[in-house]
Amino acid sequence: MNREISKKQRNILTASACLIVLLLVYLGNMLIPPTSGMSMMFTVLEKGAIYALVAVSMNLLNGFTGLFSLGQAGFMLIGAYTYAVLSIPAASRDSVYQYFDGGLIKFSIPEIFSNALGSMLGETGAVIGEYIGMLIPMILAGILAAIVAFLIGIPVLRLKSDYLAIATLGFAEILRAFFQWNALGSITNGSNILRSFSTYSTPLFPVIISGICIVFIILLINSSYGRAFKAIRDDEIAAEAMGVNLFRHKQWSFVISSFFAGIGGALLAMFQNSIASTPFTSNMTYELLLIVVIGGIGSVTGSIIGSFLFVACSEWWLRFLDAGSFLGMDFAFMRPGFRKVVFAVIIMLIVLFYRQGIMGTKEFSWNGFIVFFRNLPLKIKNLGKKHKKNTDIEKEAR
Amino acid sequence: MNFMVENLPYLLAGISVGGQYALIAIGYTMVYGILRLINFAHGDMFMVAGLMMVYLAADLPLYLSVPVVIILTVFLGVMIEKVAYRPLRTAPRMSIMISAIGVSYLLQNAALYATGGLTQTYPDIPWLSQTVEIFGANTKMVTVITPVLTLILVIGLVMLIKHTKIGMAMRAVSRDFETSQLMGIDINRIITVTFIIGSFLAAIGSVLYFTNYTGVMPTSGAMPGLKAFVAAVFGGIGSIPGAVIGAFVIGICENIIKGLGWTTFSNAFTFVLLIVILMVKPTGLFGEKNIDKV
Repeated sequence: MNREISKKQRNILTASACLIVLLLVYLGNMLIPPTSGMSMMFTVLEKGAIYALVAVSMNLLNGFTGLFSLGQAGFMLIGAYTYAVLSIPAASRDSVYQYFDGGLIKFSIPEIFSNALGSMLGETGAVIGEYIGMLIPMILAGILAAIVAFLIGIPVLRLKSDYLAIATLGFAEILRAFFQWNALGSITNGSNILRSFSTYSTPLFPVIISGICIVFIILLINSSYGRAFKAIRDDEIAAEAMGVNLFRHKQWSFVISSFFAGIGGALLAMFQNSIASTPFTSNMTYELLLIVVIGGIGSVTGSIIGSFLFVACSEWWLRFLDAGSFLGMDFAFMRPGFRKVVFAVIIMLIVLFYRQGIMGTKEFSWNGFIVFFRNLPLKIKNLGKKHKKNTDIEKEAR
Repeated sequence: MNFMVENLPYLLAGISVGGQYALIAIGYTMVYGILRLINFAHGDMFMVAGLMMVYLAADLPLYLSVPVVIILTVFLGVMIEKVAYRPLRTAPRMSIMISAIGVSYLLQNAALYATGGLTQTYPDIPWLSQTVEIFGANTKMVTVITPVLTLILVIGLVMLIKHTKIGMAMRAVSRDFETSQLMGIDINRIITVTFIIGSFLAAIGSVLYFTNYTGVMPTSGAMPGLKAFVAAVFGGIGSIPGAVIGAFVIGICENIIKGLGWTTFSNAFTFVLLIVILMVKPTGLFGEKNIDKV
């Protein structure tokens, strides 16, 4: 009864699953009013998609190349600022850069495209133009993050494990100080926030963008480059002996990871509507690292599941812990902040007792999915019988 | 001469902060020397010690609350080791590091919950926050006390490590984990002692550090923690005198940079120093050489 599905079927299944998800998001966004409790779902969806992208990019570095880097927040910061600086409409610049005479840059890329296409195609053209114009600063955000990563990588990537972690953490801190520097205020607005830049109006946008980026990362991991990364992770010396250029591969992994972290940062800027350098601390990197751990170090699907779970728990499902009552009873200790404590305890439990995370190093596969559901009735039937081992159950299933 | 007079307050502040960093850095360097673990939670423990002082001083007289804070911090440090690090003793190093980051996340969130996100005013410790005049510069008593106290504690610690049985065991464990186990050293006991010493010094450091500042926030442990770690790396991780020298260098340089009007970059300087030292001499000033074997 071996019914392995073919590659073609697998691709069809994946494509249709993606389409269904996108359709559901679209319909949900149309039908669910923003005032209902379910609207929280879209916050989770948007932020989850953004975090998924950054977590996967971090996993590329930590899980697949074995480089314990803690600089992700710094590269997100670069991305977020690049996007924001290039996308503030010319009219708003005077109020945003009020302490710096309206800033140095006087144009906005989305605005230019919106005006150009708007004059040609009218109202819809303006909207399409704005979205195209948003993509360009986003890609520039990624490229700038990648360039900075390239430069940082030259000295830093020669370091080993813990030293690498601390050095990247340090660079992220330096970047943060750099963006707060008053001398650069006419570009970065110093320590003041950047706001009123162009942003998306549908939750589909971050989902699609981060989906495309994640597909790119998956393709990279499955390529010969990706296999070289894994070889470095498993044994540097053996990989070098097999002819893998250690430094160049590490550098590529670092640059690519930072590129996607930069795009993630740009998306985060859009999600938040305003950006300041203060929240991009080491704590943000820690959160991302914990997401990667929850999902399983070395599993892309794990990171995606992990980030949605993380965001859903911290933003939505555990909110009741802050509200002060549970199952109709009032508890004095359930005041704001309690959810974060519970959440941190859960994470500690995962780190200590469930070290491989949700997916381990495995990936989601349709075969595994189908086998799991085919065996589910048997598993439930056998739940009470302790003497029957799992292997027997699997034999029966076959 | 004029330069000296103008910069004296910064220099004094630097020496004082350096001493406080040194007390934290010893905790990092000792734990790293033995477990090869960057104890990311150490900086947060320092912050928790500050918060405990705030809450305890509200109810207890000062001569009681200071020792109680020290005892509780030591207890916390030992518990963290028992609960979060000991079960992972045989796990890959990355797992323990992640566990340390998890503990740091937990402590910060717990502090956020306890304080409600508000800055807590640190109690005035009468004698320490007194104003004194040195060479015409006004400063707090704590500025003078810190370097002296730091040196006394460090000398005591070095004596302990050099001349007692437990010190010898600690040196043995940091040299070779497995062999020392075979020689009949109770590793868990040594690690517990390491954490006791580290937390004890962090608690004292926190009393001195926060006296200089107005308040304690859940995030106020992260930066001093990272800087103390950099100090430990600078001096050569595993070496106590190295950590102390590194801490003083960082403290003084940072305050001179502040004095020059580059406050934004005072934190960044620490990391520039870290990266430079890692490039030039990865084992730090007094660190032992590490050779990779296939």
